[in-house]
Amino acid sequence: MIPRSFEYFSPRTLDEAIGLLQKLGPEAKLLSGGQSLIPMMKLRIVSPQHIVDINRIPGLDYVTENDGHLKIGALAREHQLESSDVINTKLPILADTAKFIADPLVRSQATVCGNLAHGDPANDHPATMLALGATVVATGPKGQREIPIADFFPGLFTTALEPEEILTEIKIPLPPAKSGGAYLKLERKVGDFATAGVAAQITLDDAGNCTKAGIGLTNVGMTPIKATKTEAFLAGKKLDEATIKQAAETAASESQPMDDIRGSAEYKRDLVRVLTARALTRALDRAKGGA
Amino acid sequence: MDKVAINVNVNGVDHAAEVEPRMLLVHFLRETLRLTGTHIGCDTSHCGACTVVMDGRAIKSCTAFAVQADGRKIMTVEGLEQDGKLHPLQDGFFQEHGLQCGFCTPGMLMTGYAFLGENKKPTDDEIRHAISGNLCRCTGYVNIVKAYQYAAQKMRDNGGA
Repeated sequence: MIPRSFEYFSPRTLDEAIGLLQKLGPEAKLLSGGQSLIPMMKLRIVSPQHIVDINRIPGLDYVTENDGHLKIGALAREHQLESSDVINTKLPILADTAKFIADPLVRSQATVCGNLAHGDPANDHPATMLALGATVVATGPKGQREIPIADFFPGLFTTALEPEEILTEIKIPLPPAKSGGAYLKLERKVGDFATAGVAAQITLDDAGNCTKAGIGLTNVGMTPIKATKTEAFLAGKKLDEATIKQAAETAASESQPMDDIRGSAEYKRDLVRVLTARALTRALDRAKGGA
Repeated sequence: MDKVAINVNVNGVDHAAEVEPRMLLVHFLRETLRLTGTHIGCDTSHCGACTVVMDGRAIKSCTAFAVQADGRKIMTVEGLEQDGKLHPLQDGFFQEHGLQCGFCTPGMLMTGYAFLGENKKPTDDEIRHAISGNLCRCTGYVNIVKAYQYAAQKMRDNGGA
């Protein structure tokens, strides 16, 4: 399978890349990890006339703790999340998520920012970033702007990025003490998209009550879903068995799955219920200091 | 579309070429350089038969453009043998019967080359995760895991060589 012809550009600075996007217009497409874009080009689902390859722009491949945030640069690869100390100690949900994405070879190339910028509701990081309350930094001709992740996915395969903007960074607030999170996904085989996936991130107070909960759902709707009713339900509650059970049922009711090759809508809705309960249980264990 | 000049170091040898931007890395290796050890299996980024090592990391060469390899170091299965001596991984696949039809083997070897470079003493479980992007349709995974362990042991005995 060979993609249609395109013109190739390899800018060395962010300004040069943004200048190219302005000049080339909507027929230009950014190439970062390419692990979604190149297969789509080979299948000729997309055939951009111009490819702007940002891989040679230096200084964008960071995963770093700074200013109370974890910051992930545009060219940080998925595999970097699996081996980061700060992630393993403070944000294990991110390592959970990365390990579910495709396979280790794809994760050598695939970028975390690309996983969001692709706008695919089947991708895994959107749910996790929704649960974590991340902020997306977009850089364009007018400079930088910050977009809350909850506003980033307006529709199917659509993001809040303007055509001339590049997603340059993801900022995740570092969770306070007594926080924990987990991402769980059912996939038919390694590398498959989720039949359903659930991200849960919670913070407890000294009495063990949940002060804050973030819940994100993968591949059970036209966009990644922030389960706001479930989050509101959990706030202030002790996460006992009955509460987790009710939260899981609420999350299932917030999912909007469709029948497809991976299962019926009814099956997927029930899967959201089961995965939410398990993700909350693991998040709770981690918030109490477990692995 | 205009061709682009690239210079790629493959197995220690610099190759200058002019390629169409849409040319995939695997086609550049197989058709331009005639290094046909790297296989095309599924051509859809699933099977890992096309795995090569680029700047130290194992990647699927069916899901990268040749232009992206400009100025980079690629290692293919042809680069494993040195001075007529099999690499410990090749020896491991031979000793432990790590292949039947052999189609997946170049990819399995290159994934192993990058993986054992980072993990000198892997568990069987870690190996199984490492090869989760490489499919063997003869389902010879048990012996492939043994072959990796054989190679890891031999590399430790040789002082990491």
